[in-house]
Amino acid sequence: MSDTKGFTPNEMMTIAASRALKSDDVCFVGIGAPSAACNVARLTHAPDITLIYESGTIGTAPDVLPLSIGDGELCETAVTTVAVPEMFRYWLQGGRISIGFLGAAQLDRFGNINTTVIGDYAHPKTRLPGGGGAPEIATSSRQVYITMAQSKRGMVEKIDFFTSFGHGEGGDHRKRLGIDTAGPTLLITDLAIWKPDPVTKEFTVVSLHPGVSREQVQETCGWIVKFAEALDETPAPTELELRTLRDLQARTKAAHQGTAKGKAA
Amino acid sequence: MVKFLPLKEAVAENLHDGNTVAFEGFTHLIPTAAAHEAIRQGFRDLTLIRMTPDLIYDQMIGMGMARKIVFSYVGNPGVGLLRRARDAIENGFPHAIEVEEHSHAGMANAYEAGAAGLPCAVFRGYRGAGLAAVNPNIKSVTCPFTGEVLAAVPAIRPDATFIHAQKADRKGNVLVEGIIGIQKEAVLAAKRAVVTVEEVVDNFDDLHPNLTVLPNWTIAAISVVPGGSHPSYTHGYYERDNAAYLEWDEIAADRDRFQAWMQKNVIESSPDDFAGRVGHLRKAA
Repeated sequence: MSDTKGFTPNEMMTIAASRALKSDDVCFVGIGAPSAACNVARLTHAPDITLIYESGTIGTAPDVLPLSIGDGELCETAVTTVAVPEMFRYWLQGGRISIGFLGAAQLDRFGNINTTVIGDYAHPKTRLPGGGGAPEIATSSRQVYITMAQSKRGMVEKIDFFTSFGHGEGGDHRKRLGIDTAGPTLLITDLAIWKPDPVTKEFTVVSLHPGVSREQVQETCGWIVKFAEALDETPAPTELELRTLRDLQARTKAAHQGTAKGKAA
Repeated sequence: MVKFLPLKEAVAENLHDGNTVAFEGFTHLIPTAAAHEAIRQGFRDLTLIRMTPDLIYDQMIGMGMARKIVFSYVGNPGVGLLRRARDAIENGFPHAIEVEEHSHAGMANAYEAGAAGLPCAVFRGYRGAGLAAVNPNIKSVTCPFTGEVLAAVPAIRPDATFIHAQKADRKGNVLVEGIIGIQKEAVLAAKRAVVTVEEVVDNFDDLHPNLTVLPNWTIAAISVVPGGSHPSYTHGYYERDNAAYLEWDEIAADRDRFQAWMQKNVIESSPDDFAGRVGHLRKAA
C-alpha cells in the first residue's frame, strides 16, 4: 500500500481525522477507524481530549486500540466508568458530547449512514450488525464526524436503510424533525476532506489529500461529486503523526494476536 | 432466597422452554458458561434478549434454540458479523427467527424501565432512524409539560436473566465491578436471576461502599464457575481473549465446522473446563 509519498491513503485518512479533534472536545468514539483517529489525536496535539466509549468508559486513554468497545484497558485507564443506561441517558442524551465520531458501511451525500442491512430489511441480502449506539449518537452529539475509505459500494446514491440520520434529504430536514444538533459537519475519507454545503447540506470536497486527483475521488464515489471552488490540499502527515499512528497499530497488533489461542468460546 | 447450586441445577431450575431470557454482559462479564449449560440442556423456543448478542447467541441460534431475538447490535465486536445469526436471518437456517431490533439507547432504557417496575421507557431517541418504521414496539409519546415528542419502548421483563460477576460473599451478595454495563438492570428487571461468579469470599467488609453489589435477595441462584465468562473477561481476574473472538469468525462461517466445534467444546464439555481456558489470560500480578 505504501507508495513513493511514504504514507498510505489509510494513514492519511486517520491522521487527517485526528487533526479535526481538539483537546477540549468530549468525543463519543465509534469502533474501528474513528478509534484510531481519536487516539492519535490524544497522543499528539490533543492530550486532554475526553474519549468516551459506549461501554461506559469516560476519559479513557488506552495504550493499544481496543478490539471491542468494552476491552478491559478502556476501563482501567478511564477517569470513571458508568453503567450503560447512565452513559446513554446522562452523558449522550444530556447533551454533554461535543463530537460523535462514526464509521459507516454505507453513506449517502447527506451523511445518512447505514450499518443495518444490505437489501430489504425483512429479507436482507446481507445482515450487518446494526446501529448499536449510533442512532442516538448521530442526533444527540452536538456535531458528528464521519470517517470511511471511499468505494462505490460504500458511498452510494441511496442507502438501503437509515440506521443513523444525517441531514436526511438535505436542507433543513433535521430541524423539521425537531433535531436541534448540527449533525454531520465533517467527512474524512482516504482521498479527501468533505464538508456539508451550508444550505443544501450535501457533502462537498474541500481538500484533496496529497497526490489525489478529482477523478480518483469521483471514481470511488457513487454520486456526482461536488468540489469547492477553492480546493485545498491536505497537509501530508508529519513524521510525529506517522510514527505515533504506526507505533499504536504495532502495539495493537501485538496485543490482540499475542494472546495465546483460546481453546473455546 | 439465594441458593448456591452447581451450574447444571441452577440452569435447570430457572430456565424453561419458551422462556424470555437475557444472558447479559456488555462485552465484559458475559455468562458464557451458563449459556453453554443451557445449550447442553437443549432448551427450545427461547426469546433471547441481549444488547450485543455476541458469540453465545450466535451459538444458541446456530443450535436452533431461538424463536426470537431482541437486540441492538448483532455483531462480533471489532471483528465483524455473527455468521450463525446471519444464516438464520438471511437463509432461515437452521430455522427462521423473529427479529426485534433496537438501538443501544432503546435497550438500555427498556432494561432500566424493567428494573424500575415501569411499563415503558421514555427517552429522546430514534429521531430520523429507520428502526422506528420496522419495529412496531418503537412508539412515541408527547411530553405533557413541554410538548416535546419522545420515543417510547416497552420495558424489558425477562423470565430469567443470567450474568457473570466477580464474586459472591458467603451470604450470596454479589459484586460487579469494571464495565458494569447493564448487569444490575438486567438482574432487577427479571423474574429470576442466576449469577455465575469467579469465587466466593467470606465477606465484603473490605469493599468500597459505592461498588455495585446485588443483595442476595435479588438473586435466585449462584454458581461458582472460575473462568465462566471466557472468551469475554472478568475485570481483576483475566483479560478478554481477543484471539478467540477473531477465531470464532472462521469457525462460525461454516455450518459443519460450527457443529463440530460445538460438539467438542460445548456438548462434550462441562463448567469445570472454563478455568483451564483462562489460565494464559490471567495477569502475572
